[in-house]
Amino acid sequence: MEVFGVPSQALFGQLLIGLINGSFYALLSLGLAIIFGLLRIINFAHGAQYMFGAFVAYLLLNKAGIGYWWALLLAPLGVGAVGAAAERFMISRLYRIDHLYSLMLTFGLGLIVQGVFLSEYGSSGQPYPMPTQLAGGHNLGFMFLPNYRVWVIGLSIAVCLSAWFLIERTRLGGYLRAATENPTLVQAFGINVPRLLTLTYGAGAGLAALAGVMAAPIYQVGPLMGTEMIIVVFAVVVIGGMGSIMGSILAGFGLGVVEGLTKVFYPEAASTVVFMMMALVILVRPNGLFGTRS
Amino acid sequence: MNTMTLRLAKPLTLRRIQAAAFAAMIAFFAIAPLFIYPVYLMKVMCFALFACAFNLLIGFCGLLSFGHAMFFGVAGYATAHAAKVWGLTPELAVLFGMACAGALGFGTGLLAIRRQGIYFAMITLALAQMVYFFVLQAPFTGGENGLQAVPRGRLFGLVDLNQPAALYAFVFAIFVAGFFAVWRIVHSPFGQVLKAIRENEPRAISLGYEVNRHKLLAFVLSATLAGAAGSAKVLVFQLAALPDAHWSMSGEVVLMTLLGGLGTLLGPVVGAAVIVMMHNYLAHLDAWVMTIQGVIFAVCVLAFRRGLIGEFSHRIGRPL
Amino acid sequence: MTEVRVAAPPMLDVLGLKAFYGESHVLHGVDFQVRQGEVVTVLGRNGAGRTTLLKSIMGLVGRVSGSVRLNGAEIIGMAPHHVAHRGVGYCPEERGIFASLSCEENLLLPPVIGAGGMRIAEIYELFPNLKERRTSPGTRLSGGEQQMLALARILRTGARLLLLDEISEGLAPVIVKAIARVIRTLRAKGFTVVMVEQNFRFAAPLADRFYVMEGGRMVEQFAAHELVARMDMLHAHLGV
Repeated sequence: MEVFGVPSQALFGQLLIGLINGSFYALLSLGLAIIFGLLRIINFAHGAQYMFGAFVAYLLLNKAGIGYWWALLLAPLGVGAVGAAAERFMISRLYRIDHLYSLMLTFGLGLIVQGVFLSEYGSSGQPYPMPTQLAGGHNLGFMFLPNYRVWVIGLSIAVCLSAWFLIERTRLGGYLRAATENPTLVQAFGINVPRLLTLTYGAGAGLAALAGVMAAPIYQVGPLMGTEMIIVVFAVVVIGGMGSIMGSILAGFGLGVVEGLTKVFYPEAASTVVFMMMALVILVRPNGLFGTRS
Repeated sequence: MNTMTLRLAKPLTLRRIQAAAFAAMIAFFAIAPLFIYPVYLMKVMCFALFACAFNLLIGFCGLLSFGHAMFFGVAGYATAHAAKVWGLTPELAVLFGMACAGALGFGTGLLAIRRQGIYFAMITLALAQMVYFFVLQAPFTGGENGLQAVPRGRLFGLVDLNQPAALYAFVFAIFVAGFFAVWRIVHSPFGQVLKAIRENEPRAISLGYEVNRHKLLAFVLSATLAGAAGSAKVLVFQLAALPDAHWSMSGEVVLMTLLGGLGTLLGPVVGAAVIVMMHNYLAHLDAWVMTIQGVIFAVCVLAFRRGLIGEFSHRIGRPL
Repeated sequence: MTEVRVAAPPMLDVLGLKAFYGESHVLHGVDFQVRQGEVVTVLGRNGAGRTTLLKSIMGLVGRVSGSVRLNGAEIIGMAPHHVAHRGVGYCPEERGIFASLSCEENLLLPPVIGAGGMRIAEIYELFPNLKERRTSPGTRLSGGEQQMLALARILRTGARLLLLDEISEGLAPVIVKAIARVIRTLRAKGFTVVMVEQNFRFAAPLADRFYVMEGGRMVEQFAAHELVARMDMLHAHLGV
């Protein structure tokens, strides 16, 4: 069967890959948007935290025999805790000065993590087995649908929507939204804003780590898996605009699909289409598609 | 109350001390090849110029570009192509490389200038990654192998640059010219406006300055000078390769400038020398170098923001 | 027989308070006392340091020295959220209504830090138009409604000492009257109120005592019943 002159297997196969990539773009840009919203910094360590999460899953399995399902819980907690400590003892010292310094600091922290894993494992990837419960898939006729892929997309959507709900509809989310507008006043009301900042950064790092665990069975676990990914996510974030949580999520999924479709119809441009779209958005809507703040 | 200080004429003593320091630096590079390996010194000068060009944006405009490798790399590839495929003489090849970098700077600058601060950093990084992919995939760049055996050629058609002394003099001339260009730009009325924009942009706009045009021009100048550095490096090592355009190269130049001292004139030179030296002596540590660089970043940002020259300059009370 | 009068210690006791914003020396040694249940008004021109005084008590000013005792305990240098937990409510001059929250979310935002706060029902009785507008986004409220909201939200928390900065500023006379009624009600309920005001016609019938601030120092202090006698002095200091 052919769709638009392309065999359906190829088209839907790439669409699926696009949705998978989009899931990771969405999760990672969600983490960046949350951190940026409250702390006003771009977390250049985000890619390293994603990679760290995948490696924690790998190490848990190979050193402690702890499998995927526990890793989904433990890796984000662990990486989140490390991130929270980094915020508490290092990043928080830079809030009063030009935020370009926080950017350089998080970049440096990312280099440290990446360097450690590069020395230990080299640049090639380590395999991580698919959890047995999710192996295999279903033949839908026009394409083959692997179970794990469905799981990744489903879990990403669930996490993104939960985060959105937490921020937009709960008390804690109210504190977060208010603190992004006026942190000193929120503190004057009795809310421990410094602690809120620490927890937020930790949560962002944890989200990145969760994405890493989910990515491990698909992409293999390698020290460089984060950096190429995160630069694309930066472009996604510029396209989506930083002001809106839902905007980051939609931009992430959307751009994953666009990338997948480009791979089908115009493969040479696939690795750069997101950047070209970024350039277009900057020209036409500098604040991003869903951006609310300048 | 925020007052803008426009110092159009530096007191003579300050100028003299700066001039003395720069003269010392130039004298060093002029004499050093007698006791230090010249190729190593040329590498330092290329990266020093790269860092000075980068510093023009961050130190004097407050714009942090995380994609400067695209200018360094593209100019290098352009020069390599011009020398190898078109057979241009080295000075023309370098000029061609600089022109390409400048044009790229204009195009990317138009996009990046539209956003401020941290967005600017993200956008430059993303645009540089796009350029990297282009360089990776384009047919005439040699992909993973790069462009090798780039001929050094005859300067002005007369002087064979394969002679070590001639090559050194050529690179030295480019470095000195570039450094002085940055010095002149910073101390010109244009440079003063840039400083005003960095200190208080809304104020500068209200005073009638065309802020975006100034920033764009600064971006293009920075790109062109970074291109000069990239072109020179390609002629020294006779190789244009992918790492020259990779994001890690962008990170390196940020580190060099931070370590040396943002906003100082000598800082990037010193920072470049230290980082090149570190790569040399620690090459056997492989990826630990990346970790060490990360630690230096963290330490500098947290406790040593003025950098080596900035700290020294603060102690003696004179800008360097 | 001599009368022995035991004076209750002031609820808020500020001694020699100095405050700096960077290099700028704003408060030059302020002495200021507020007894429990009082309504005290701090008058003065713009730039006298009145807002800085409130912010310093709240812990929002970076460099402070001197003494600020709340209910006997020293709170100078404490982080703002700790000061809030000691029962201080702050209503800033710019009101600070959060745009990304609805009216009711704004109202419910400050956490309850002690007993004795007003319940929602009571608050809506006091401010009926806030009840009407409770689902509107914070910034869609009119100036008067925003001011009422800014005041209302600190009444729920259980804070017994209220620091109010220019709450009558820029509001229509009918709203100002409504706010004056609220202040009287709060006084009747036993709240202690410090009001920074430029409009002493608004403050005059409400306050028990007045301070006049100038150049970062308290230059005058008098009780309500002395107000008429001090009018000339006030004209001189406030240029009214």
